[in-house]
Amino acid sequence: MKSKTIKVDYLARVEGEGSLYVKIKDKSVVDVKFKIFEPPRFFEAFLRGRNFSEAPDITARICGICPIAYQMSAVHAMEDAFDVTVDGQLRALRRLIYCGEWIESHALHVYMLHAPDFLGYADAIRMAKDHPAIVQRGLQLKKTGNDIVALLGGREIHPINVRVGGFYKVPAKRDLAPLAERLKWARDAALETVRWTATLNFPDFEQDYEFVALHHPDEYPFNEGRLVSNKGLDISVRDYDDSFTEEHVQHSNALHSVIKGRGAFFVGPLARYNLNFNRLSLLAQEAARSAGLSPVCYNPFQSIIVRSVEILYACNEALRIIDQYEKPDSPSVQVQPRTGTGYGCTEAPRGILYHRYSMDDTGVILDAQIVPPTSQNQKTIENDLWQFIPKHLDLPQEMLTLQCEQAIRNYDPCISCATHFLKLRVDRE
Amino acid sequence: MAVKKKPKLAVWKFASCDGCQLSLLDCEDELLAVADKVAIAYFLEASRAVEKGPYDISLVEGSITTQHDAERIQKIRKISKVLITIGACATAGGIQSLRNFKDIKEFVSIVYASPEYIETLAKSTSIASHVPVDFELQGCPINKRQLLEVLSAFLYGRKPNTPAYSVCIECKRRGTVCVMVAQGIPCLGPVTHAGCNAICPAYNRGCYSCYGPMETPNTASLSSWFGRLGVKEENLVRSFRSFYGSAEPFRKESETHE
Repeated sequence: MKSKTIKVDYLARVEGEGSLYVKIKDKSVVDVKFKIFEPPRFFEAFLRGRNFSEAPDITARICGICPIAYQMSAVHAMEDAFDVTVDGQLRALRRLIYCGEWIESHALHVYMLHAPDFLGYADAIRMAKDHPAIVQRGLQLKKTGNDIVALLGGREIHPINVRVGGFYKVPAKRDLAPLAERLKWARDAALETVRWTATLNFPDFEQDYEFVALHHPDEYPFNEGRLVSNKGLDISVRDYDDSFTEEHVQHSNALHSVIKGRGAFFVGPLARYNLNFNRLSLLAQEAARSAGLSPVCYNPFQSIIVRSVEILYACNEALRIIDQYEKPDSPSVQVQPRTGTGYGCTEAPRGILYHRYSMDDTGVILDAQIVPPTSQNQKTIENDLWQFIPKHLDLPQEMLTLQCEQAIRNYDPCISCATHFLKLRVDRE
Repeated sequence: MAVKKKPKLAVWKFASCDGCQLSLLDCEDELLAVADKVAIAYFLEASRAVEKGPYDISLVEGSITTQHDAERIQKIRKISKVLITIGACATAGGIQSLRNFKDIKEFVSIVYASPEYIETLAKSTSIASHVPVDFELQGCPINKRQLLEVLSAFLYGRKPNTPAYSVCIECKRRGTVCVMVAQGIPCLGPVTHAGCNAICPAYNRGCYSCYGPMETPNTASLSSWFGRLGVKEENLVRSFRSFYGSAEPFRKESETHE
């Protein structure tokens, strides 16, 4: 009887602290643990007693990579609770700042976290020695995304300008002109990125996933839409808790999000793309097709191409918004707190991010629930490893370990996010 | 002639959002130049290549919230010639130190279904309350320009230029009209450490002190000004008790309004 284990104590090139443990016995996988040991920070607890207006600033601190996602889910949940609608140019500016976050976060993942796996480097800095132009393009794309967030939000990380009801200050049309110039370059660079990622080698690996994403009648989704899946889910964001739950799995240290009665599901760029292909800009659709992607993609390793397609879409969309922008009369709409519960779900770069808050009549938060994308993907990530490893057992240990890490990085997991909600179990033996 | 070895840089993470270490990767124009001057020997967010210590400079992000981490920081101190904390979590316990004002058992049971499995300390504490720290860079998040300044300063053996005066000075420099004087917007700028370049007032918003207390802040005076602007006691408590709520001057001030 031959047994071996794959252990990665600290996963690299993911956001936060996680580890991987795989046990193989007689050519079959007997245990897979994608563990999250990042210490809990108790956001849902200390949000109680805070004012509703503080939620966007406080929840942004859950994640330094996708603070806009937290701010957007928080403001939409609050506006749902107080029956406030933010539309017109203010709504467009929210899409614009989200475009910035997608570009920044996706470029970071495509070039600095994921591509080194495909090309055999430990990191992008080492990759830059052999491929300087490619790494420079990635850094400048990332910077363009950050420029949008910094201009609209005040700074790249934990922006300060988003509030319930809109913004503190909105830009003049001329303020956006320099962004448009950079974005035109970025659009070309994004197209190059799609072409380049399409040339990478992808393991042959497709699974029968249930993809879940927002779906909007007219737009590729950022802030609004119904929650849909390729297996029949079609619900309002308000009904999230009726359809999703968390279950305890014996082999794992964490509870996993599942769709009630069905099991694991898949959120993020691949899910958005598969469920919203015809909402992409024509340029993005064409780029995807030319890259050999069909409108539905079941291979998570190809998510690097899909992220690139989404960067291209975000550049297109940002340029469209800037082109049609007229400065609104007021930077925000009036918000009057009242007793009630509000629900928000937006498309973080890594997938749907759900917030629910209950407030009293003065707007003090009584209860908060936050479900980030990585928690929702966690069960699917483990399922992938269960399926992937048996097919590659003949690989040398180092290579197999690397490919397991790559399979996890397909999901761009954000463990910092995950921990703040994950019902973490520490087994002491 | 012997080639001088590059100084080794390590980046460590404790309880945090990853934002401060991301600031290094956000130096898109400077990152490759930095990597030219220092060997990035341990930086898991960016690389799976790990070089053994000791390290010339360790950047530490995050606060101490578990027994395991309390032990880990001791080991990191031992293998670091210079230890620099980056951000509010590492220098003051961060937003998660709001637990320090509450009963942690209640907190655990609010968030987790099986509280008995959660391993956590009652308080979230700064790195300096566990080991000697050579320099503390403030901010939630830190400013990447200041990060580059601090790295350069330590590489060349000089004192970092990160003034501890208030955000007010930065508003004056930037030419921002005082939002509190002109518009009556409550602003924590007068007691807050500079470094962000006074972003909030420039966006027509009061400072909410994500850079923590300046040196010798007059918090009592600012509180009475807030009172005159109509800020209620419970909101004063919230104002001082946020991203730097456990920093001594802010903790004391929030407690006087409870």
